[in-house]
Amino acid sequence: MSDLDPAEVFRQEAADLIETLEQALLDLEKRPDDSELVGLAFRALHTLKGSGAMFGFNAVSEFIHEFETAFDRVRKGEAVADRRLIAAALDARDHVAQLIDDPDVDPARGAAILAALKVAVSGEAPVIAPSRPDAAVDGAGPGGVAPAGWHVRFRLPADALTLGTNPLLLLDELRELGPCEIVANVDDVPPLDRIEPEQCYLAWDVTLRAEVPQEAVDDVFLFVRDDMDLAIQPLALETAEAQQPATSKSPATHPAAPALAPDRRNEIAQVGPLQAAALPSAERAPAGKPAERASPARVERNATLRVPAERLDELMDRVGELVIAQARLSQLAEAIHDPALVNVAEEIERLTASLRDTTMGTRMVPIGSLFGRFRRLVHDLSEDLGKSINFVTEGEDTELDKTVIEQLADPLVHLIRNSIDHGIENPDRRAETGKSAAGTLRLAASHRGAEVAITISDDGAGLNGERIRRRAEEAGLIAPGQPVSEAELNRMIFQPGFSTAAQVTSLSGRGVGMDVVKRTIDGLRGSIDVDTRPGKGTTMTLRLPLTLAIIDGLLVRVGEDRYTIPLAAVEECLELPVGVDGDARGRSFLNVRGELVPFLKLRQVFDTQGNPDPFQKVVVVASDSMRVGLVVDQIIGNNQTVIKQLSRLHSGLKTFSGATILGDGTVALILDVMHLVAFGQKLEERRRAETLGRAA
Amino acid sequence: MSDSQETKGMHALTIRLQDEMFALEATNVREILDPVPITRVPNAGDFVGGLINVRGSVVPLADLRVSFGMDRPPPDADTRIVVMEIDLDGEPLVAGILADKVYDVTDITAASIEDAPRVGMRWPAEFVRGIGRRDNDFVIIPDMNRIIRAEGDRNSSLASNERTDR
Repeated sequence: MSDLDPAEVFRQEAADLIETLEQALLDLEKRPDDSELVGLAFRALHTLKGSGAMFGFNAVSEFIHEFETAFDRVRKGEAVADRRLIAAALDARDHVAQLIDDPDVDPARGAAILAALKVAVSGEAPVIAPSRPDAAVDGAGPGGVAPAGWHVRFRLPADALTLGTNPLLLLDELRELGPCEIVANVDDVPPLDRIEPEQCYLAWDVTLRAEVPQEAVDDVFLFVRDDMDLAIQPLALETAEAQQPATSKSPATHPAAPALAPDRRNEIAQVGPLQAAALPSAERAPAGKPAERASPARVERNATLRVPAERLDELMDRVGELVIAQARLSQLAEAIHDPALVNVAEEIERLTASLRDTTMGTRMVPIGSLFGRFRRLVHDLSEDLGKSINFVTEGEDTELDKTVIEQLADPLVHLIRNSIDHGIENPDRRAETGKSAAGTLRLAASHRGAEVAITISDDGAGLNGERIRRRAEEAGLIAPGQPVSEAELNRMIFQPGFSTAAQVTSLSGRGVGMDVVKRTIDGLRGSIDVDTRPGKGTTMTLRLPLTLAIIDGLLVRVGEDRYTIPLAAVEECLELPVGVDGDARGRSFLNVRGELVPFLKLRQVFDTQGNPDPFQKVVVVASDSMRVGLVVDQIIGNNQTVIKQLSRLHSGLKTFSGATILGDGTVALILDVMHLVAFGQKLEERRRAETLGRAA
Repeated sequence: MSDSQETKGMHALTIRLQDEMFALEATNVREILDPVPITRVPNAGDFVGGLINVRGSVVPLADLRVSFGMDRPPPDADTRIVVMEIDLDGEPLVAGILADKVYDVTDITAASIEDAPRVGMRWPAEFVRGIGRRDNDFVIIPDMNRIIRAEGDRNSSLASNERTDR
């Protein structure tokens, strides 16, 4: 980690926090009363502020400080998280992201956002006050409970110094809150010969004489709180044992006082709940906060590790080389026939396979991380367009290779925009057609064999075939009156420069986008399908390969050449029955247990020279929803296939998804089953057309 | 680009393709290999009809004889593969070039390089960057960038035919 730029570390961390903040804000819009969400957003803000300041992003931390101050009113229940407030907070979140990228961004904009946020926060206060009498009685909130100040006792864990906590800074921060009397407790310092110089033996008693809210004191310890002993007592409590209640402002705290024996006060676990029980409800959330903060943060810290993506890529490359070397070893062991060597080779094969799976697992990311980003998009679009939209996501835990997920973001943005802008009608129109006022946009992911299918469906107006035809004719994509199938027509929307939007909006309709979508998906060796029903809605289906790195493959031989078929696509292997073997023009079907399975002869597709083997084999593969047999000369067996991308010179050949290196060092091409079947069909059609032409 | 190259002269690896001597930019040459097993790529066209394994990476094998319309006898004892890194629109492309024989590395002075004559050549003039002179022989300096782009385009246009819309 030491070679990483600290600013970069902060940026990465900040990206996560901003994401958390955004999700919390969006959830909050739906459940404004959820105090846990408020807490989540607030913590994200606070951590951002803290680490921003730590890494020298002062503009960021200053802005967030103001943001936090405004948002604090929500936390205290003085303002309600209504739409206006959420919108302002989302703006502020965007500004934070911008500030992190470029600290010199226009400060006036930041000020305007903060002003809007303050208005949103304060505007609601008078409305809410009557309904929450306890908040009103409290007056200044928690601060009102402790007029005289606080008594703070804390003890850091023994390894705090090693972990980089500096108690002096904590004390300085307390001093900033007001005049302090600080007494160090040296009871636990061992004799000199037993002192570990890096351990922290001290505890501190601090009497803070300042009228500050408890959160201010809490916040000093925000980053170390998880493991330390901390007790914060209002100063009034200290005196309560000896004197009459000093003020009538804090009646609620007094009954709790006798229960707190001084020797137990430095155990937060006991103090916390007692205080929470005793204080008015408005205070409950802040008092319960430490426990709630401790658990998720600690789990996360232990469970995950940040690793630069390049290092994962490098690891994958190494594993790829290992797999190839292992294949060579296995081949050698078999040739030499030494049982001991075969044993070792098999052991290594097993280890390599599991190492490969583990390595690939580290690269797999649940697609939910991507889906989450679109909630904001949908939220903003529906605001802008005045359309009400239910955004439903399914299959968030479907895992995909990290690189694939990253490249999917832009195409999905385009598709979602299109659905909302062109697909889903405005509420009036929906009412006319008897649909519910709110449109539904569904984003779903699921595994299908070696592929992941992602569908974006809306219940909007569907594609307008008439308009697409007119536009395609205008753009010269098809000749006027040319007969075109519906599916072909629907695919026109992916042509460059095509757009049917009568009016160009800021969101879509500029005729860029859909062709970019198509190109990106092609680049990922995926496919895109459109299914539309007029008046009912449109469904776009993206199919993507699970990974771009290593797959299990079935090695086959066609003539002299060897090819690998992705094992996940293979359903079964059969022998080609003799009678079917002839030049079966017009009836290239197999009867597989009563089911007709069309087959393709790879020798024909690949234009292979020489004589075919006497007994041809059929590999039945699943392509889309149909089963197709691939006729080969020999089935060699399964192998681990490290996918190497083809160079740009061969990138146009869609029948191959890549190449791999076999155990003997030769290169074998990997078949792209879906494209191969499509190519075979086209060959077939061409041949049929030629036959017809000859006949005519 | 070709102007500056011509005025600078050239550090060249000379190879033989059939009866002609060609000069490849020596600084772009990574290594020279003895013939290795070549994997045929069906439907890719003759120019880049093969793939080879170069130290664990899969590299396309280009046959310049196709671009220059020459005969293509099978490999013999002199056949070599020159692995080159060619800059294509800012992205490096590693490709193997099939050579009937590899001679040596030599400097071709700027003065001895002439533009390709518009007439009197058997091969496409656009693929020739210039003609150099060495001793009393002519050396053809192929425009690798243009050849690769032309053949690559041909291949991807071929592929777009192939990219059957389902």
